[in-house]
Amino acid sequence: MEAIRRVISVVVLNEAQVLARVSGLFAARGYNIESLTVAPIPDTDMSHITIATKGNKRVIEQITKQLHKLIPIFKVTEHEEMVEKEMVLIKFPIEESLSDIQALCQAYNGGIANVGEKMVIGMVADEPVRIKHFMEAARRYHPIEIVRGGVVAIER
Amino acid sequence: MFFLRNGASVMKMSGGQMICEAISAEGVKTIFGYPGGAIMNVYDEMYKQDKFEHILTRHEQAAVHAADGYARASGKVGVAMVTSGPGFTNAVTGIATAYTDSIPLVVISGQVPLALIGTDGFQEIDAVGISRSCTKHNFLVRSLEELPRVLKEAFYIARSGRPGPVLVDVPKDITGEIGEFVYPKEVHLPTYKPNYKGNDRQIKKAVQAILEAKKPLLYIGGGAVLSGATDIIRELASVTQMPVVETLMARGVMGAKNPLLLGMLGMHGNYSSNMAMSETDLIISLGARFDDRVTGKLSEFAKYADIIHVDIDPANIAKLVDVDYPIVGDIKTVVEKMIPLLKDDVKTERYKVWRDILARYDELHPLLYNDNDEVIKPQWAIERLGELVGEQAIITSDVGQHQMWAAQFYPFDRPNQWINSGGLGTMGFGFPAALGAKKAIPEKTVINITGDGSILMNVQELVTASENNIPVINVVLNNHFLGMVRQWQTFFYEKRYSETDLSYQPNWKMLAEACAGIGYDVTSKEEFDAAIKDAIKQDKVAFVNVIVARLENVLPMVPSGGALYNMLLESKEEK
Repeated sequence: MEAIRRVISVVVLNEAQVLARVSGLFAARGYNIESLTVAPIPDTDMSHITIATKGNKRVIEQITKQLHKLIPIFKVTEHEEMVEKEMVLIKFPIEESLSDIQALCQAYNGGIANVGEKMVIGMVADEPVRIKHFMEAARRYHPIEIVRGGVVAIER
Repeated sequence: MFFLRNGASVMKMSGGQMICEAISAEGVKTIFGYPGGAIMNVYDEMYKQDKFEHILTRHEQAAVHAADGYARASGKVGVAMVTSGPGFTNAVTGIATAYTDSIPLVVISGQVPLALIGTDGFQEIDAVGISRSCTKHNFLVRSLEELPRVLKEAFYIARSGRPGPVLVDVPKDITGEIGEFVYPKEVHLPTYKPNYKGNDRQIKKAVQAILEAKKPLLYIGGGAVLSGATDIIRELASVTQMPVVETLMARGVMGAKNPLLLGMLGMHGNYSSNMAMSETDLIISLGARFDDRVTGKLSEFAKYADIIHVDIDPANIAKLVDVDYPIVGDIKTVVEKMIPLLKDDVKTERYKVWRDILARYDELHPLLYNDNDEVIKPQWAIERLGELVGEQAIITSDVGQHQMWAAQFYPFDRPNQWINSGGLGTMGFGFPAALGAKKAIPEKTVINITGDGSILMNVQELVTASENNIPVINVVLNNHFLGMVRQWQTFFYEKRYSETDLSYQPNWKMLAEACAGIGYDVTSKEEFDAAIKDAIKQDKVAFVNVIVARLENVLPMVPSGGALYNMLLESKEEK
């Protein structure tokens, strides 16, 4: 069976150990985590965990079922129709062209986030495939450091 | 004591006493454990009460196995109590054993005080971290206020849905602290709602598939025992006249005398059972999980069959094989819904040709062994045990050849009569599990069928058995080998018997007697009968050391990774 990429969205109770339970399940059963993000859901005692993973159909199905078995997990959504975004912060040397960097970042839903004495920090937020394109394009401006935020997703 | 407005009584007590109150509120009569520093507050409260009994085992692993045996024999939640650090790590094998066989346990472990957690304190270990992957759920209690709720949830989670062990790790300062105790009447777990009912539309479709099948096969697993579905499954088989195979964990569900039962399937299943699985056109799987020891090579497994899979755990469905009719629900509830839908339309004659084919397979290669009057054959010992005690006994076992022979040759006629470590395969399980089973059902004779390898892995429990007057019988099928590993070495490693020769042994009779038990050395059939009959009459823990044929193999055997229909049927060694 062919490996497919899936984004799984998990709603969990905000309690101790819950992230360890989720990541431990992936480790113990040999599933792959491409990226993982967590943040609390406003006005609830729940959090949202978004996991990008790869595996064949049976593995993806097992992942969602095994996640659902964990006691503090409220809801698991694995859907093809997900709106996905990822944020990236990227640091360039001040010697690079500020206007070029700004134009590039703007093309990917971002802009200049901060400018200091020695560096300029750009920010973008876009779909995973476009983030890949951005990273390729940014290379020519000699980035010093790149921090990716991991995928967040919401069902359509 | 004072009263709330709604009339519920509120008691002030320590966390340790809350734990004792919760155990008795859950109706547990016997718990098993071993004290130590971090759990002492609870043991102190236990000393002051008489609502439940505590059995002091001589190792924490045995405490958990004993609680497990108690749970398997009674169908209730078993409770074990251990201290922090090594007390807990010793318990892990017991917890994992219960986890892989879905046995409801609550294990309470002491932990260092809250302020010391994370400081590498004396006897501190991350118990919830270690047990995360071998418990159904676990808790580290963080305040006295949440302790009653956590205990209530622990018992509920352990016994509901697909059962399993739950660990409650309690820091020492919490068990010493005084607070108000109200044991909750109900649990409120919005994220945990097991589905018992089964989807009615799927059930109807599955019934239609049964009606249209030509070669249907009921495949019964341990879930049937856990669900208490024996009567209804026997009725399903009888109404439809479908042949039945049982897994290792389901022995006893159909009853050995049932003519529809072909036997046990899998690696050491009998010929007709494995051939039935290979040729069926419709598997009706009830609480089984298509374990690798059952399926053999997956690509060759049940090639011609559609599959109806009923399981309370959705993750078991379509995990290893594709399923045509998935039904998530409790076996008993689902089968109860199936029977009225089948009753009027099923034509039992329709499956007659199929039953005849399977009967011929069984005639061709019945489950047999070559008996011998010079030396006791292990299979004979088990058959004879069945004749001598039969349904009066609860049989536990350790892991290895003796376990497979017991599963093949003992005439189990009810569920919960056969207690063994199927999933994890834990040597050392049988003896402490027998102690737990005997405490749960004292009117039954409890016999641990074991080997000369396994029994030494929890032999210290002789002391526990004698001290507490728990007269269980250990039948040691002694071939002076780590038999199952030796068998694999014979078949697959050109007889290089690497570290499996167990000729250097204790004097079993003296070992038992050193611990106030009774021992028997048996080398003939007459001695076997005499020893078993005498051991049953004794009020003592017994070792019956039965010297058996040394190189006997468990057959049939499907070599690991081979197709289920490719069985080794006869031993070259014996011919």
